[in-house]
Formats: sequence, structure tokens, C-alpha cells
Amino acid sequence: MIDAVGLHKVYRLKKRRVTALNGVDLRVEPGEIYGVVGQSGAGKSTLLRTVNLLERPDAGTVRVAGEDLTSLRGAGLRSARRRIGMVHQHFALLASRTVAGNVAFPLEVAGAGRAERRARVGELLELVGLADKARAHPSQLSGGQKQRVGIARALASRPDVLLSDEATSALDPATTDSILALLRRLRDELGLTILLITHEMDVIKRICDSAAIMEEGEFRESGRVLDLIGTPGSLLARSLFPLPDRGGPDTVVVTYPRSYDEPLMSELTRRFDVDVNILGGGVEQVAGQSVGRLIVDLRGARRAQALSYLAEHGLLVEEAGQ
Amino acid sequence: MTSHAMTPALTLADASAEQGPLGAVASFLRAWPEMWPSLWLATLDTVYMVWWASVFSVLVGLPLGVLLVATDRGGLVPAPFVRALLSAIVNIGRSLPFIVLMVAVLALTRFLVGTTLGPTAAIVPLSIGAIPFFARLVETALREVDRGVVEAAHAMGTRRITIVGKVMLPEALPGLIAGLVMTVVTLISYSAMAGAIGGGGLGDLAIREGYQRFNDHYLWATVILLIVVVQVVQSLGDLWVRRLARR
Ligand SMILES: Nc1ncnc2c1ncn2[C@@H]1O[C@H](COP(=O)(O)OP(=O)(O)O)[C@@H](O)[C@H]1O
Ligand SMILES: [Mg+2]
Repeated sequence: MIDAVGLHKVYRLKKRRVTALNGVDLRVEPGEIYGVVGQSGAGKSTLLRTVNLLERPDAGTVRVAGEDLTSLRGAGLRSARRRIGMVHQHFALLASRTVAGNVAFPLEVAGAGRAERRARVGELLELVGLADKARAHPSQLSGGQKQRVGIARALASRPDVLLSDEATSALDPATTDSILALLRRLRDELGLTILLITHEMDVIKRICDSAAIMEEGEFRESGRVLDLIGTPGSLLARSLFPLPDRGGPDTVVVTYPRSYDEPLMSELTRRFDVDVNILGGGVEQVAGQSVGRLIVDLRGARRAQALSYLAEHGLLVEEAGQ
Repeated sequence: MTSHAMTPALTLADASAEQGPLGAVASFLRAWPEMWPSLWLATLDTVYMVWWASVFSVLVGLPLGVLLVATDRGGLVPAPFVRALLSAIVNIGRSLPFIVLMVAVLALTRFLVGTTLGPTAAIVPLSIGAIPFFARLVETALREVDRGVVEAAHAMGTRRITIVGKVMLPEALPGLIAGLVMTVVTLISYSAMAGAIGGGGLGDLAIREGYQRFNDHYLWATVILLIVVVQVVQSLGDLWVRRLARR
């Protein structure tokens, strides 16, 4: 749905040049929730703003739903943008308008008639659970409610794609949960493709099918979240499951990249007569699967066989000692 | 106007009959009905001048302020040269003392109105003085608009002219109204200065009757009326801004 190739962007300031994008390739499949995570200043916002050409890349092309946006200008670009919704960290609502007026804005811009606007606004507010707030002003709403208005507004022109720039970063944990649940529901119900950026690993864990880790204008790794977790040396796995930094020569890190019904660890001690001592780790719901990562000391004569047994069952085993 | 020729003599006689501050107030109050017709006409002249000068200030100053913001770096239509030029023109207008500006545009006033005397003629220098003043206030108000909101409008595929009309101006409205009130209040004070070169209005009356004929009662009366007019304008403006801010 989104296909960006070879994106470069350099900001030229008075004294210095800032390379915000340094050869980024991004591919988001239809109906997917794709998360880009990284520290502040990594270039995430620049990447997102390049996808709807708010920022024109110095090099590279952006295709959304098959259309090459980088070749568009003026009216063509504006109409392409109407097929891409955007949600902002600080909501970016018009203080001069009511909730209904804010949601109606993109419809006015697109030239929809009064009756059509009214019907669509009602529908959208219903969808995000704010039907009773139509006449309120943004200043009378909580952060979570404001973001719901922002989402309703972004969906007004029936976009295929939703871009979200840190949509939950200004919200408290409980509100973040409800907004993330709303985004997932919208994907499920409307078949929306969502590209979101965040600096919170939690967001990736909760709702993303695919993810990329961004640093200094580049993708360090990218792909399906579960695939990445099952990849040796994965930065994503390490960030999602921080493990204590200890261990001797017998220490291994064991990653469960999906849910397992069998009790693998007790099976291990029974079959191979090894001692298993868990030093740390965790199990979490990621992309609908129970995924875990453990750091364990594994000792015994048949240690090597035990490790291959785990690997045969699809677990990822990495020696942590050396 | 001829009926007032006797007024100074009358009031002077009254004032000498009563001593002390209380006596002065009493004689002022007694002179009030006598002064009222000319004060009322002068007030109407002031309102007339200030009203039209305000209208022209908005008609020209508002677009000028929008252009100052739009042509800036990172604006809707970045044009550094145009902006520098507009900004220089505005600065020149702002740096001239109003009394100098009035004299400087006499030729233009005569060309446009046919005379340099009277309230209608005064509208020309008043407008020219207030346009750059209001334009800067418009600029300041528009800069207060959240950039994120403007960017969101771009992301929704909004034309730039629509962004000005449906985003920037409505979002800046409280600031624009506050700027307009400040401009009108400044125009009232300018209009009193315009009286100095025969512009008519309360300033003119204060100078003709109060200063040149040494009639303190007229001075006091015009001061009181100017204060009342400014208070009314300021209060109405504040009320309007507060209603907008409550949203
Ligand atoms: N408009 C801009 N002008 C100059 N530098 C910018 C601009 N926008 C972003 N940058 C710089 O580009 C880099 C990436 O910024 P950004 O994309 O906002 O990162 P992130 O969203 O990951 O925090 C930063 O160093 C930032 O200072
Ligand atoms: Mg950012």
C-alpha cells in the first residue's frame, strides 16, 4: 500500500546540514499496522511527513496505493493527500471550531455538500465514540477525546492509509490503551493501512504487525515483528525484552517467537538431564502471540543436544557467555 | 458655530465669582449645557473620522499583515524579497510621528479629497498612519496560530487561500480583534492630533476653544468625552475577545 524507495532528506541550516533520512526503504502491506520506532531525532517524523509529501525528499520515490506521489504537485498532490489521513501528536485541532466543525473540515475542503457533511460527521463521531460531544469545543475535551476527534477527522475523506505521528505520546497509559485499541479496531473494520511512528516500544508490542527500528536516518532492521523477534541478534527483541546483563560461559538467551503449548523447559531437564537456572526474562503478548525471552544458565553433559532440541522446536537459542 | 462666540466670556465671569476646586466644578457643570451642542457635533466628527479610518485600516492592513506572514520563510508563499520590501514600507509608516505624517501627506489628501481641512480630509492621514500599525498587529496575531494546525490543513489537501480563510484567520480571531481595538484607540488619539491642523472633531474643539481662547471648560469637556469614547471602544472590544476566548 505504501512503497517508498531510497528516501534521502537533508535539512540545510545556516551553519550545518542535518541528514534526516539516509536511504530509507519502506514497504507497508495493505491492511497492516506498521510501526517505526526510534529515539527522538532519528528522523521518524521526517519519514512520515515524506509519505504524504509534506516534506519533499531530496531523492527517492513514494508510492501510495500505486500512485507516485513524488511526481505530483498542486491540485494532483492535494487530492492524493485527501486519500491519506494523518493523526498528530498534539492533535492539531482548530480551536475556533466545534468537534463537529473539526471533523467536517476535510469534507469542506473536498467540496462535500452540507447534508453529506452532516451525515458523515455523525457517522464518524459514532465510530470513535464521541457522538455526544459534537457541539463541544476542543478546549473542553480530555487528551484522549481530542485524539479521537483527530482520528475521526483523519478518516473523514475515507482514506486508504492512516499516518500517525506519536498519536499517543501526549496521553496517559490508560488513554493510550484505548486509542491503540481504537486504531486496531479501525484497521479490522475498515481495512485501513496504518503507518505509525513512536518512541515507545510498548506501542509496537501492542498493535504492530510489522516494525522498523530507526536510528540516524536509517532503518537498522525492519520486517514482521514476529520474524524480527526470531532473528538472531535482533535489536527489536532486545528492546522488547530487556534482559539482565549477566551470565557465565553456560548462559544462553532463549527466544520463543510464538505461543507454545508444550512445557519445553521441564521436557529439557527430563530428556537431557541438564540443570536449567532462569536468570531473567519475560513473556508478553506481541502481535497476538505469547512471545518470550529468557536468559538461563544451562549446565550438563548433554548441553549441546539440549540446545539443538530447543532449536528444532523453533526457539531461537543464542549463547550469551562469549 | 457662531453661537459659541459668547461662551468664553460667560464662563470666565462665572469662574471668577466662585472660588476653590468645588466652585470650579460647579461652574464647569453649569457651562455644560451651553457647550453640549458643539461637543456633540465634535464627538460625531471624531466617530466619523475614526470609523472610516478603521474601515480602511482593516481593508488594507489585514491583507498586508497576511502577506507579511505568508511571504516569510516557512510561510505559505515564501518570498524573502517581497517580504523585506513590505516590511520596510510598514516600518517607515510606523516610524513617522503622526503629526509629521499628517503634514507629509497633505498633497495626497488634497488630491483625494479636494481639501486638507475637515473630518473627511483627516481620514486620509489617519488611515495611512493606522494601516502599518494594524498590519503589524495582524502579523503578530497570525504568528500565534499553531503551526501544527496549519500543517494538518496541508495534510488534508487544503489550498493555501483556504488555509488563510478557514484556518489562520479564524484561529487568530481573538488576537485580531484585540489588535483592532488597539488600532481604534490609537486612531482616536491620532484624530485628536488631526484637530491641530483643522481636522475637526474633539481635538479640533479642544484646540480652538480650549487652547486658543483659554477656555478650560472646553478642555476638560473634550478630555472627558475622549476618555468616554476610548472606554466604550475598549470595553466592547474586551467583551468580544472574551466571548471568543471562552470557546
Ligand atoms: N524543518 C526542519 N529543519 C531543520 N531540521 C529539521 C527539521 N525537521 C527535522 N529536523 C532535524 O532532522 C532530524 C530528524 O528529525 P525528526 O524527523 O523530527 O526526528 P524524530 O521524529 O525521530 O524525533 C533532527 O535532527 C531534527 O533536528
Ligand atoms: Mg517526531
